[in-house]
Amino acid sequence: MNRRGLSRRELLAAFLGAPFALAACGSRGAETPPLPEGDIVGVSDRVGHLIRDGHRPEPEAWERAGVVIVGGGVAGLAAAWRLLRAGFDDFVLLELEPEPGGTARSGRAHGVVPYPWGAHYLPAPRAENRALVALLDELGVLEGPDAEGQPVVAEQFLCRDPEERVFYRGRWYEGLYLHAGAGAEDARQLQLFNAEVDWWSAWRDTRGRRAFDIPVARCSDDAEVTALDRVSMGEWMRARGLTSERLRWLVDYACRDDYGLTAEQASAWAGLFYFASRVAGPGAEARSLITWPEGNGRIVRHLYEKARSRVRLGLAVADVREGVAAESAAVNSRDARGGVEVVAVRGDGGGSVGFRADRVVFAAPQFMTKYLLKSYREGAAPAHVAEFEYGAWVVANLFLADRPRAGFGFPEAWDNVLYESPSLGYVIATHQRGFERGPTVHTYYYPLTDADPRAARARLLSAGRDEWAEVALSDLGRAHRDMRTLTRRLDVMRWGHAMIRPRVGFQWGGARQKAQAPHGRVHFANTDLSGVALFEEAFDHGLRAAEEVLAARGVKSETMRG
Amino acid sequence: MNRTPILFLNVLVIATCGLVYELLAGTLASYVLGDSVTQFSLIIGIYLFAMGAGSWLSRFVEGELARRFVDVELAVALLGGFSAPLLFLTFAHLSYFQVVLYGLVFLIGAAVGLEIPLLMRILKDHLDFKELVARVLAFDYAGALIASLLFPIFLVPRLGLVRTSLLFGFFNAAVGLWATWLMRPLIGGRSVARLRAQAAVVMALLAVAFVKADALTSLAEDAMFADDIVYSKTTHYQRIVVTRNRAGFQLFLNGNLQFSSADEYRYHEALVHPAMTLAGEGGRAPRRVLVLGGGDGLALREVLKYPSVEEVTLVDLDPDMTELSRRFPPLAGLNRGAFDDPRVRVVNEDAMLWLETDGPPFDAALIDFPDPNTFALGKLYTTRFYQMLKRRLAPDAAVAVQSTSPLFARSSYWCIVRTLEASGLSVRPYYTAVPSFGVWGFALARRAPFEVPQRAPSVGLRFLDDRALPAMFMLSADLGPVPVEVNRLDNQSLVRYYEAEWRRYE
Repeated sequence: MNRRGLSRRELLAAFLGAPFALAACGSRGAETPPLPEGDIVGVSDRVGHLIRDGHRPEPEAWERAGVVIVGGGVAGLAAAWRLLRAGFDDFVLLELEPEPGGTARSGRAHGVVPYPWGAHYLPAPRAENRALVALLDELGVLEGPDAEGQPVVAEQFLCRDPEERVFYRGRWYEGLYLHAGAGAEDARQLQLFNAEVDWWSAWRDTRGRRAFDIPVARCSDDAEVTALDRVSMGEWMRARGLTSERLRWLVDYACRDDYGLTAEQASAWAGLFYFASRVAGPGAEARSLITWPEGNGRIVRHLYEKARSRVRLGLAVADVREGVAAESAAVNSRDARGGVEVVAVRGDGGGSVGFRADRVVFAAPQFMTKYLLKSYREGAAPAHVAEFEYGAWVVANLFLADRPRAGFGFPEAWDNVLYESPSLGYVIATHQRGFERGPTVHTYYYPLTDADPRAARARLLSAGRDEWAEVALSDLGRAHRDMRTLTRRLDVMRWGHAMIRPRVGFQWGGARQKAQAPHGRVHFANTDLSGVALFEEAFDHGLRAAEEVLAARGVKSETMRG
Repeated sequence: MNRTPILFLNVLVIATCGLVYELLAGTLASYVLGDSVTQFSLIIGIYLFAMGAGSWLSRFVEGELARRFVDVELAVALLGGFSAPLLFLTFAHLSYFQVVLYGLVFLIGAAVGLEIPLLMRILKDHLDFKELVARVLAFDYAGALIASLLFPIFLVPRLGLVRTSLLFGFFNAAVGLWATWLMRPLIGGRSVARLRAQAAVVMALLAVAFVKADALTSLAEDAMFADDIVYSKTTHYQRIVVTRNRAGFQLFLNGNLQFSSADEYRYHEALVHPAMTLAGEGGRAPRRVLVLGGGDGLALREVLKYPSVEEVTLVDLDPDMTELSRRFPPLAGLNRGAFDDPRVRVVNEDAMLWLETDGPPFDAALIDFPDPNTFALGKLYTTRFYQMLKRRLAPDAAVAVQSTSPLFARSSYWCIVRTLEASGLSVRPYYTAVPSFGVWGFALARRAPFEVPQRAPSVGLRFLDDRALPAMFMLSADLGPVPVEVNRLDNQSLVRYYEAEWRRYE
């Protein structure tokens, strides 16, 4: 059925598991209707791979800027936002893709509502996260502080109920933990696990810091906490006798959902971070989720609007050369401290342009430093760069002509998870808009959890649009028999480096901490520096890098980082 | 022919069947089209005229009378037997209903009109004319009496309209089959076998339909609904069913009773008039009124009683519902043609999405949504919803909300009250008894605190007077407040309360 010679059965066995492939192919056989139309979305990896392979043309023209921000994802946009708040606008932001947002991008074409291509929610921040509260206030999301001074999120921006449901053996159940069929031992273990999470959420070090906090920069580095980074979440659970199948599934799902890793791969620190960082304290409800139909694409749009005149899209940075004399911002004379040259290639292949800057905010993932930073490329890159590993993901958007027939059990929720699937299920874009009927968009998430990230990327790219469409439709077809006939279009995004992998030893192994230190005039900002891929982390690193630059430039501005 | 006496039994059966079909058609017509006097009169007239036409046509039948007689019996069996199921199926297409109805009545009448003349001609060689006329007509009229007694006493209550129709079709076919034995000498050898086979097929069809009557007209609902279904349709949004019984008719949406014509005035007067009175208290009678839900047009009917009202906007999701209320005579009669009133503007949209639009403010809003038994309905009772509603209201506008039963679903009721309060409204809970529903709750709300209205408006009300109006606001002890959460989009507490509370009664 496809050019690589994989049969449908082999394809499904490779991505959904052999037993499922047998069942799926056996039941439908040759009568499978044709795939809906659709494309691979996102810029091809062509430009990125050209640069990786040494394509670094001399620029046709030079421009100058006080600061160049490399990368228009959340970290880069946050840095721009922070600079503008300090009244500093002598910067330019360069983004490879024709649209800003990085992994928080969203789409509009073909859908009844906009839809996410990646990150799709943000837990309501606590008052301590002042910068994020300020951002959400700009977005009109907040209604002011409550009696305890905590920000109140307007109802329409909180994820509508019902939030989640899980499909198990032909029936939907409310929530993510599969309560149905749970025995006394399952219940005891769930309670035990919740008690552990409570204990950690109440834990404080001698300086009063929490074990798990957002942003990660606030977390305690006490030995008791960092020890959790040296075992996997799976080992940690077994050591506590937490062997209940449905509990293990829940924790594994959480790790796959937030990190693209299984519970056996993610560190116990990361696993517990997922659960304990989202509650204020023991017994407290997990913080509510803020979301929009297009997910975090809504925040991206706001940040982009703010910085629009300084943002250059479709420009792929190919080279960052430090220690080069740059023209000062104030006077047209040589700056004694030197500067940075940034060379960018147009995404459409049409030439290149150079920027001479005083400072650079490198808001791209760490792995790119070894291709883009001249000193890393030519000397040896520091050892910590190789420690950063990234997971590969597929995100598919399915454009449905109508809702699937209601199955057995709990009705449609925002997040719809399949218990017996390597995917994460799908999110319904129309949910937050309040469209309960008619056409909709389902966003399907599939993390490739291969131990070797290169193997995962190879597998990701081995399947094209049609193969991934087949996987998504077959997977969702187990819960919705009519999914294939209702899907009018199916677009696929293949994220080769979707998110940092907080595997055992990474969080507190030192690489992250080293990578955060500026390299000469280059300041780093990306969510990978936190070891977990969260909006709040990218945002915080953007602020930090921007504040480092402001301090270096002598711009007076009080920190927004608490 | 020595079997003559038995043939008179056939006359009896034929006559009973004929009258049953006539009664079925009349009953169905008055169910669906209302106005039973007109409908029965029309049906009887057409039917009798058609019988006359059939009798006259019998003169063109020459030879092979016995075979023709059996043919006619089988035709009547099919037409009459399937008449009720066929008419039920055409309810969903109202524009054809009358054509099908009167056409069918004429065809059955004409076929029945052929029966007796043919039979008399067959028997004329065996009896004196005097005897023949006396006996045939006596049995014919006796059959009519049997039918008219059986129909209301036994057939409709026990079998329902559809099975009655099928059963008598079966009898008709049986008469035809039996006649092939009685009149064996008059029918050619080969014809007998063919006629018997045909009769067997017709009888088998009717018998299968009788057994499968439930599936045939989706009368699985017959089991659910105590009364006869006179209209049913699955729209894009819901299943609409109208039933009819002695007390009047009832509207069901997705199996939930919305009103019964016998006592809906209590519900709709209670929903509409306190809010209209409160809205007019400032001395300025309400001019622009909003009705959310209420696709039956009954709240509209009450609103339109006020001469001060210049414009009513009704927002109901389902165009099939509002169209049915406009065109289906029983509903249009009950809402007094409210949808044809030039002051009424109908918007078929999701109420919550519609509230996002802008427009001049309303002086009163009446919220008549179905009970919150799904998340899609639950959102229409949230703080967010009421805040959006407030945006569309004049500063001193009054709002009334149907709020389910404070007795059966006490937490649900108080959840709605508390949600209105949490949306920044001053609320006075009230209730009344609606026999079809039981104890039913409402909430009256306005931005500023207010006193309960004491004087009922003089707009021609059956239920509300100066004593009944304030009395509705005196809640008895068993309806009092219970601690509840406020219903929000992000918790949908109300749907959860409602499900837990009504589950006890199922």
